[in-house]
Amino acid sequence: MVDVLVIGGGNAALCAALMAREAGASVLLLEAAPKVWRGGNSSHTRNLRAMHDGPQDVLLGTYSEDEYWDDLLKVTGGLTNESLARLVIRSSSTCRSWMMRHGVHFQAPLSGTLHLSRTNAFFMGGGKALVNAYYRSAEKLGVQVRYEAPVNSIEMKDGKFIAAYIGDERIEAKACVLAAGGFESNLDWLKEAWGKNELGEYPADNFLIRGTRFNMGTLLRHMIDSGADSIGDPTQAHMVAIDARAPLYDGGICTRIDCVSLGVMVNKNAKRFYDEGEDFWPKRYAIWGRLVAQQPGQTAYSIIDSKALGRFMPPVFDGEQADTLEELADKLHLDRATFLKTIHDFNAACVEGTFDHTALDDCHTVNLVPPKTHWARRIDIGPFYAYAVKPGITFTYLGLKTDQDAAVYFNDKPSDNLFVAGEMMAGNVLGKGYTAGIGMTIGTVFGRIAGVSAARAAIQHRELVDAKA
Amino acid sequence: MQKLESLIQEASALSNAAAEQEVARIMQICNACRYCEGFCAVFPAMTRRIDFASADVHYLANLCHNCGACLHACQYAPPHDFGVNVPMAMARVRQETYMHFAWPQMMGELYKTNGLAVALGASVSIMAFLLLALALNGRFFGGVLEGNFYAVFPHNTLVWIFGSVFTFAVLSLAIGVTRFWRQISSGKASGAAVAEATHDVLTMKYLGGGHGEGCNNADDAFSLWRKRFHHFTFYGFMLCFAATSVATVYHYFLGLHAPYAVDSLPVILGTLGGVGLVIGPIGLLYLNIQRDPMHGDESQKPMDRAFIVLLLLISISGLGLLIYRDTVAMSIWLVVHLGFVMGLFLTMPYGKFAHGIYRAAALLKNAVEKRQKNTLQLGSD
Ligand SMILES: Cc1cc2nc3c(=O)[nH]c(=O)nc-3n(C[C@H](O)[C@H](O)[C@H](O)COP(=O)(O)OP(=O)(O)OC[C@H]3O[C@@H](n4cnc5c(N)ncnc54)[C@H](O)[C@@H]3O)c2cc1C
Ligand code: SF4
Ligand code: SF4
Repeated sequence: MVDVLVIGGGNAALCAALMAREAGASVLLLEAAPKVWRGGNSSHTRNLRAMHDGPQDVLLGTYSEDEYWDDLLKVTGGLTNESLARLVIRSSSTCRSWMMRHGVHFQAPLSGTLHLSRTNAFFMGGGKALVNAYYRSAEKLGVQVRYEAPVNSIEMKDGKFIAAYIGDERIEAKACVLAAGGFESNLDWLKEAWGKNELGEYPADNFLIRGTRFNMGTLLRHMIDSGADSIGDPTQAHMVAIDARAPLYDGGICTRIDCVSLGVMVNKNAKRFYDEGEDFWPKRYAIWGRLVAQQPGQTAYSIIDSKALGRFMPPVFDGEQADTLEELADKLHLDRATFLKTIHDFNAACVEGTFDHTALDDCHTVNLVPPKTHWARRIDIGPFYAYAVKPGITFTYLGLKTDQDAAVYFNDKPSDNLFVAGEMMAGNVLGKGYTAGIGMTIGTVFGRIAGVSAARAAIQHRELVDAKA
Repeated sequence: MQKLESLIQEASALSNAAAEQEVARIMQICNACRYCEGFCAVFPAMTRRIDFASADVHYLANLCHNCGACLHACQYAPPHDFGVNVPMAMARVRQETYMHFAWPQMMGELYKTNGLAVALGASVSIMAFLLLALALNGRFFGGVLEGNFYAVFPHNTLVWIFGSVFTFAVLSLAIGVTRFWRQISSGKASGAAVAEATHDVLTMKYLGGGHGEGCNNADDAFSLWRKRFHHFTFYGFMLCFAATSVATVYHYFLGLHAPYAVDSLPVILGTLGGVGLVIGPIGLLYLNIQRDPMHGDESQKPMDRAFIVLLLLISISGLGLLIYRDTVAMSIWLVVHLGFVMGLFLTMPYGKFAHGIYRAAALLKNAVEKRQKNTLQLGSD
């Protein structure tokens, strides 16, 4: 019987497996996906947010515990467990040397990412390179890995883990770490959680999943149904407005639309619905998925004119292009008159200023609802461009309740040998909102803790057995 | 003749277009993703563009060192719908460029469809020709000639034959790379840019993987061996070239004629070079066989291997010549060696050898471009 069973195959699972193995436990890792799709959402990531008290290799300046905590408090609006959050923040400063030891490379800040290079460390080659490095390291250390091994239930006895089931196959272990991601790939569950809107639509019908197709939440649901304590709201998730043509799964980073703050966003009724210039795009990036989800047909259009060209990250798909606004309205199947009025009203409300898309500039609107508070410039020079967007769901926040040891709770009591890490418990720290790079930080910190906790639980058990023999 | 040339150009333009479109498609995806920007020079160069015309594609394809890192790191690699495979797409275009810019065009086309046969055919027919000459002169087994090659073939004959073919090869390569440079170039190379490019060429910087642990070969693990074997091959070749150059200087300027003593400069350089040119190609061949088929264009493998084997045969026959130069077999070793050298010269401008030259030009362009102001003003993402 193996000491530690790790369920999942992304960042949190790999961190747990590596730590448990380093602590001397024998480890078996079960990944639902086939090898080519291994790594879950982690293989789509780019960076992790890390506290540091001074410049540290690829991280510039200082990012203190308090500043990190303030940033988290702002986005979550207080929906966070302070002691767990502070644990994540403090541990984030020591993760990187361990990661490097296991073959993860960080890259020096290059183009396009400078504003994040103080707070976030970027993986060279992105998350897939990171996941590959961890798998190589795990194999070298003797962690057993099984692909195409989706676990659908867990056998517990008196709050203790006994075995996991892949269909009929029963796999026993002395301790177990659950790190099987959220339920964002499960459209039925999303549909159930989001329900019907006042227009009679099921918003989730129009969701796209930015990451893996394998995070079906089977285990999460099974645990909650078996009495594990949960935390968070099933409709809370990290959601981004992404190109409507993105594939249903695994569209990843490249389908993002970056020109929202340079133009206006209109819905299917050709009306604006939110301040596009509220703050820098990276800070607002993660609110637009929800905003679009609340619009009819869960679709919206980012409209820009030629002045914006060359000022935003190149999109993966070409936009709709038209020489006149009338033509653009027709191409988007929007009501011409309403569309023209929306643009006209916006143009009329723009105040001349000094446009600077790298600062919160003074180009804004007056007497317009909703206002555009920065980077407001008339949309008047053709050709005009439009990008249709839909809500892209990154990951869900509903998870299992946990503590500083990453234990799973049943009726407010921690299990001795069942632990949880990553998206499956991220909701403890991140009740809502998002700040770039914290998903990987939570997964790394709690993955590592869960690995050690599980090894300790398993090895203790072995010593007991030995003592009796 | 002119007509045939233009027909060939048209035909190759069609197949080039498909390969180039694929690179342009992939670069648009990469440009929206950019996760690989730390690996090599291709990605930073890509971020200076928002669309990818033929010249950009040619440039980027030759800047790619086919290290494979971006394939293993790619979240959009097959089986993903987007099917992003940068090294393979780049390899296809890269080969097209050698043909596209080749002079004369016809030679390029001939090599393209039949590279392996052309390289080996050339070597073997030269050997046959030389052997025939030997037989006719009754020098087939001319007795022990104490390493005096010129007793087999008169020095002037060798100079004439090899000199003209070598000059042709160099001229052809020069024309090709000039055409390439004109198409991709924008601006003058400063001293600093030349120095940087030279450094990048001589150290093969981008086979380091961006993190110094090397590139990928059989799988997602990094290895420095590909870089090392490239170094053995490149510097081995350069040493052999230096040996020949020194011997030429000895011959014409110092009046010192071959055979040279074992401890003379040409022989020492040649021997060291020959050893490097045995280790390097054997290693590269081994890695080539182990290589993940996704890294490149499978159809180019015969050609790549033919080139590697040709280099190996040149060095082995050269070393054999050194060892047996005092025996009756000397003239045979000489003919075999010269045949392989001739095969290399004839195919140099159109095949794998050209990659070093085109890559050097692309690296120079990269060094120039880095020093130019970037006109794009993309907001940070
Ligand atoms: C496009 C995109 C970009 C992102 N960028 C960033 C970023 O830059 N920085 C950041 O911090 N976060 C980012 N995130 C969020 C980040 O991906 C997650 O927070 C993080 O990956 C969670 O790690 P995990 O190990 O918990 O889950 P995952 O990496 O999703 O791993 C879950 C694993 O469990 C497996 N699995 C699922 N069900 C089962 C089962 N029943 N049995 C066995 N195995 C199962 C899956 O196959 C998968 O391997 C991004 C997410 C997406 C989608
Ligand atoms: S190769 Fe793949 S991961 Fe790398 S930049 Fe291109 S699309 Fe992104
Ligand atoms: S294969 Fe290597 S050299 Fe070529 S583009 Fe990818 S990372 Fe760069």
